[in-house]
Amino acid sequence: MIRLDKVSRSFTVGDQQVTALRDIDLNIAAGDYVSIMGPSGSGKSTLLNLIGLLDRPSSGIYKLDGGNVTDLDDAQQAKVRSEKIGFVFQSFHLVPRLTAAMNIELPLILAGIPVTERKVRVEALLENYGLTDRADHRPDQLSGGQRQRVAIARATSMHPAVLLADEPTGNLDQATGREVISLLEQLTEQHVTLILVTHDPALGGRAKRQLHMVDGQIVSQTAS
Amino acid sequence: MLFPDLIRLTASSFLAYRMRSLLTGSGIAIGITAVILLTSIGEGLHQFVLSEFSQFGTNLIAIQPGKTQTQGGNVGIFGSSRPLSIEDAQALRHLPNIEHVNPSMQGNAEVRANGKTRRTTVYGAGHDFTKTFTLNVQSGSFLPDDDPTQARAFVVLGSKVRQELYAGQNPLGSYLSVGGQRYRVVGVMEPKGQILGFDMDDTVFIPAARALELFNRPGLMEIQVNYQAGADLDGVVRAITALLKERHGREDFTLIPQEKALEVLGSVLDVITFAVGALGGISLLVGGVGILTIMTMAVSERTAEIGLLRALGAREKQVLMLFLGEAILLSALGGLAGLLLGIGIAQGLHALIPALPVHTPWLFAVLAEFVAISIGLAAGVLPARRAARLDPVEALRTE
Repeated sequence: MIRLDKVSRSFTVGDQQVTALRDIDLNIAAGDYVSIMGPSGSGKSTLLNLIGLLDRPSSGIYKLDGGNVTDLDDAQQAKVRSEKIGFVFQSFHLVPRLTAAMNIELPLILAGIPVTERKVRVEALLENYGLTDRADHRPDQLSGGQRQRVAIARATSMHPAVLLADEPTGNLDQATGREVISLLEQLTEQHVTLILVTHDPALGGRAKRQLHMVDGQIVSQTAS
Repeated sequence: MLFPDLIRLTASSFLAYRMRSLLTGSGIAIGITAVILLTSIGEGLHQFVLSEFSQFGTNLIAIQPGKTQTQGGNVGIFGSSRPLSIEDAQALRHLPNIEHVNPSMQGNAEVRANGKTRRTTVYGAGHDFTKTFTLNVQSGSFLPDDDPTQARAFVVLGSKVRQELYAGQNPLGSYLSVGGQRYRVVGVMEPKGQILGFDMDDTVFIPAARALELFNRPGLMEIQVNYQAGADLDGVVRAITALLKERHGREDFTLIPQEKALEVLGSVLDVITFAVGALGGISLLVGGVGILTIMTMAVSERTAEIGLLRALGAREKQVLMLFLGEAILLSALGGLAGLLLGIGIAQGLHALIPALPVHTPWLFAVLAEFVAISIGLAAGVLPARRAARLDPVEALRTE
């Protein structure tokens, strides 16, 4: 599903070259549940953004679903993101002025899905995530757990093959965090590839496959 | 992204920042109001002046003595132009396409009747005066078709003169003294009002030959010619010029076709309307700067949202369209409000001061709205492009 071949990513900060990722070789199969752990600055977010096609590698080759996506232009990248990738963020990233239903609808709107089909999909998602009676609420009228549920519903609205979650429980209390994680884990049962970035070993330990990163390199892999 | 969704999304941010949107939109609204109000007054004035000039019909040619052009020095006896005579006017009647000819002479004299005296305009005219200028006689008839050089001493009264001298009486058949000479009243004109400062009602009309005599003038002030509608103006002008040249030996007269004069006047008034509109345009420019400011702020405030949209699969172009759409929506709504306000104020002014003519042509209204939208587009391009080109990773990181 995901195949990284000697992928590096470096940034120029001032007149200094900073390497965030160093020769990463990584293979992730469809339906895998992978956690990426490591201290802050170890490059785990950069790796996630790269996999999510929000960023481009400085060198190396990235293949997604068999196709080379290393050098796509903006429109092509956006199309892949729209069709194959879902994002869940630590700070939810809901649009504050839109209702829960419309936030969930956003990826469908951007992809130009017809209104009638959108309505059906959004209603099903609201139902699935127990948000039906919150459909017309704005994000500031929702609890943290509800907000992250809206974000997960939004991330899955286009039926992506890969779900990328960056510290999805970072802004939630323990109980709500567990609830959100179990929602994400349920998705892996539907053959969605889940990649979870966290610095919480307890959370990362739940994944079938765990990557540990330090200084832009994968230093160890464990499978459970 | 479907078009209705673009509208829905841009409208949502418009509604989320109501106060700010209202203030920014009002910048454009004030500009459009100014443009519409000023051009409405300009255009109203335009139409008013043109209708004043063309109420006698546009098929008129005025012939005046003397050639209006500068030539060499004094050439003695040959330099003086011959006056236009009543015979000249008579001769013009026989030209093709000419419908009516009126010799005219104007002056000021004392009229007396019923023991009352009034100083009024005395207008020397021919039998065809009313037909030349499409005027109507209220009672009696206009001056009879006498031999113009030997015309009888008849007079036609303007309605105001009649009112002043013959209040409540029938003036027809009575005698009136004009500059000390006795005239018999044969008709009264319909009230006409003032035309460019000349009160048609405070006037008495006598035969042109008698007016020349009264004011002791050698020639007419003007001959007015009314040609057939649809006739070739240049041909008519050529024919008149040829005839008068033959009679005078050279071109010592000037032809002023009403149509040409109206064209010149129209173009002058157009320039005035345009200049006044451009003045209002300056406030539009200020409104545009307001939109630019607010959109720049919106982009920096909503950086995280832009990053999110990109993560959800938005292309650069879609982000561009969303922000451009907001700028255009702001200016289009502002423009619409300004349009309504401008037309409303113009009509209100007209209701308060009926003498002030206003007219808002549809074309101006459409053009103004188009200008408003263009300003929104121009002001939105820079911030929208900045939004589209943000690095999604950086954008997502901002809170």
